[in-house]
Amino acid sequence: MDVELRDIHKTFGPVRANIGINLSIPAGTIQGLLGENGAGKSTLMKVLSGFIRADSGEILLDGRTVQIHSPADAIRQGVGMLHQDPLDFPPLRIIDDFILGRRGGLLPDRTEAARGLRDLADQFGFALDPEAYVDSLTVGERQQLEILRLLWWGARVLIFDEPTTGISAAQKEKLFAALKLLAEQGRTVLFVSHKLEDVEGLCHRTAVLRQGRLVGETQPPYVTEKLVRMMFGKTIEVVPRSPCVEDETTLSLKDLSVEDHRLKVSGLSFGVRSGEVIGLAGMEGSGQGLFLRSVAGLVRTVGGRIILRGKDLTGRSYHAFKRQGTAFLPAARLEEGLATGLTLSEHFVLAEEPGGFFVDWREARGLAQQRIQDFNIHGSPESKIEALSGGNQQRALLALLREPLALLLLEHPTRGLDVESTIYIWSKLKERCRQGTSIVFISSDLEEILQYSDRVLVFFGGKVTGPLEAEGLTSEMLGQLIGGKDLPEIKAGAPA
Amino acid sequence: MRKSLWINFGFQAGALLVALVLTTLILVAVGAPPFQAYASILRGAFGSANNLESLLISWSPLLLTTAGVLITFSAGLWNIGVEGQMVLGAIFATWLLRSLQESGTPAGLIIALGIVAGAFGGALWAGLAGALKTFGGVNEIFGGLGLNFVSTALTIYLVFGPWKRPGTGSMSGTQPFDRVLWLPTLPDMQLSPWALGISLLAVFGVYILLRGTHFGLRLKAVGKNMKAAFLLGVPTWQYNMFAFLLCGALAGVAGAIQVTSVYHRLLPNISNGYGFLGLLVAMLINYQAIWAAPVAFFFASLNTGSVQLQLLYQLDSSFSGVLQSFLVLLVLLGEGARQRFLKSNWGPRWTRTPS
Repeated sequence: MDVELRDIHKTFGPVRANIGINLSIPAGTIQGLLGENGAGKSTLMKVLSGFIRADSGEILLDGRTVQIHSPADAIRQGVGMLHQDPLDFPPLRIIDDFILGRRGGLLPDRTEAARGLRDLADQFGFALDPEAYVDSLTVGERQQLEILRLLWWGARVLIFDEPTTGISAAQKEKLFAALKLLAEQGRTVLFVSHKLEDVEGLCHRTAVLRQGRLVGETQPPYVTEKLVRMMFGKTIEVVPRSPCVEDETTLSLKDLSVEDHRLKVSGLSFGVRSGEVIGLAGMEGSGQGLFLRSVAGLVRTVGGRIILRGKDLTGRSYHAFKRQGTAFLPAARLEEGLATGLTLSEHFVLAEEPGGFFVDWREARGLAQQRIQDFNIHGSPESKIEALSGGNQQRALLALLREPLALLLLEHPTRGLDVESTIYIWSKLKERCRQGTSIVFISSDLEEILQYSDRVLVFFGGKVTGPLEAEGLTSEMLGQLIGGKDLPEIKAGAPA
Repeated sequence: MRKSLWINFGFQAGALLVALVLTTLILVAVGAPPFQAYASILRGAFGSANNLESLLISWSPLLLTTAGVLITFSAGLWNIGVEGQMVLGAIFATWLLRSLQESGTPAGLIIALGIVAGAFGGALWAGLAGALKTFGGVNEIFGGLGLNFVSTALTIYLVFGPWKRPGTGSMSGTQPFDRVLWLPTLPDMQLSPWALGISLLAVFGVYILLRGTHFGLRLKAVGKNMKAAFLLGVPTWQYNMFAFLLCGALAGVAGAIQVTSVYHRLLPNISNGYGFLGLLVAMLINYQAIWAAPVAFFFASLNTGSVQLQLLYQLDSSFSGVLQSFLVLLVLLGEGARQRFLKSNWGPRWTRTPS
């Protein structure tokens, strides 16, 4: 089925997720869609698959303008989407999961469905037992089930959102073979990814999105540098940095391993010196968040040791880490960092060690007033935290930190903030560094990573490169590492 | 700011009005003259010294349960089990009084110990609901509801089994205690200033606790955002447990007061719905402890006042429950409507705040 998107616009409040996107894909093509986090890939695909409606623009299937009202409507018109996390029902049998959502009668015909499942599975060489339970499957097999289900429903356009995350190499091979077969059968495949290698090895053509716009389309043979340049924009000019690293080691990690249900980060050994800033780069969900939370004491490690200021904290609780001078600032400010409904004063009281039984509200207001001034927060001690803007909330989070700190861990410290707020936040952070605090931060903004880090770790599917000295890095090298290329490969191919 | 105050007031008054209209419609539908009915509720509550006395007697347990659930609500918990916690308080108080009544211990001490035992029993029952939630992942609503049924069954078992009256057990409860084991009352009255004093003290204590202490603030933080409270260093599950235990203790005291000052025995349905009514009061006052005493008073007056309806119009006295529930439902509904109204009126949040 030919797919054409014409002038698609979509905004979420102040965020412009898709800006005038035009893309046409002939039947039988595997179309790659490349871009960093927040580039607008998922939004565009959700528009096509009926999850959200575009503000304006047209969708054409086989040259006919169509209205897609819901995911169910999309599948009726032949468009199905495979989400990054499979949308299936783990407690059900495969056959029930397969039938679910199919329209038709009060009593589903299980025999016919089982036959359909088996026929389709044979075509693609998948081995799925209809009577097994979904939760006994691997992520890769659940993906296979979803592909078959979409095909059985009659999908002629299949959208895959980051399908190679969390599956084994063998399953990836099988998946790619299946995708090629789908294309040969005349179906249209949209392959959304941030992994350069996957896109380069599979897609017949590739479109790159950046900041809501379609910035370019290319065809094989692909030139990696060109793709990276399109994804991340112009080469970034690095402003001279002002390191304040001292010799004393704050944090040392010895053969640290940590895992969740999707990936495993293992064998990390390095030390962070007093006043040093370490940037963690990588696409979202590549292991950097897991790593940061394990160093905060929020996620149990599965191996290795964490030593903070000479004290072994391995396996201890978050509160023990906190007492030893660690602080963790989450990216989801209102979900994890601040309590909606409480005032600024109340937050400041909560963050301090409680002295006595009763709260001295007069003193608390004084403290709040002082911090509000120091951190340039637009608000009063009585302001409810949710009434503040994002930048003010972030400054409030920083203002809540106790003094002194040994180690400050930050998730996306300046995400969603304007340039001015970003500069302000970093001036406050560098102040901490000069007092000897070490900082480890996650960012998806390469410019921020290069600008403020002394050393950088790059995460890709749980694999870690580095720590690398930030001095010799360029945004292009970082971009390739984030996309899963190896360091020697880059060094060899990099223009001097 | 002034404008929003007026808007708030408008929505509250509107809710009240609609609740009155709806109950009036029900009165008309069952053939009772509505205005006389309202007048008789007023007379039933305030018409005589006797009526006023029963009003004050039922105010006391309601104050205690309201104070209790204000604590659990602050921690973001729906302690539906408060009813059963009150029953356990009554059972424990009865058990203590029964055990010591012939021991020669001074009566005053027995009564005091009875109330402490009640607090302990309520806390135990609440602690169970809390432990189920914290360690077993059972939502406190289901845990509490289940434990409510268990507490009822336990009462009936005791009343008809081990603690039955000489002869055969009956729904009218266990053998009444001797007069010396009654909580002292005012002369020639049934009202105990002790019961009322303890209850008012409890409400005041909870008000101070929630407003002025580190404990209260941390409890509030846990209720508003568990994750943020944890990251700010509050031991969250422990605070959940504290909230359960405190609320259970207060509900238990309410049960003990029912035993030592109202019924002087254990009987089925000794909690009389005061636990649930306390939840309603807390919701109606939007969890602001300062309003607990007057609104609980209002609810208690509806309860005692509507007893008259049965005598005059053969209306069941549970009619007050209809009025109370309408009131709470409509005030909550009004609050939802107000928020929508403000949103549509002044646009999305980010356009309103300075950055």
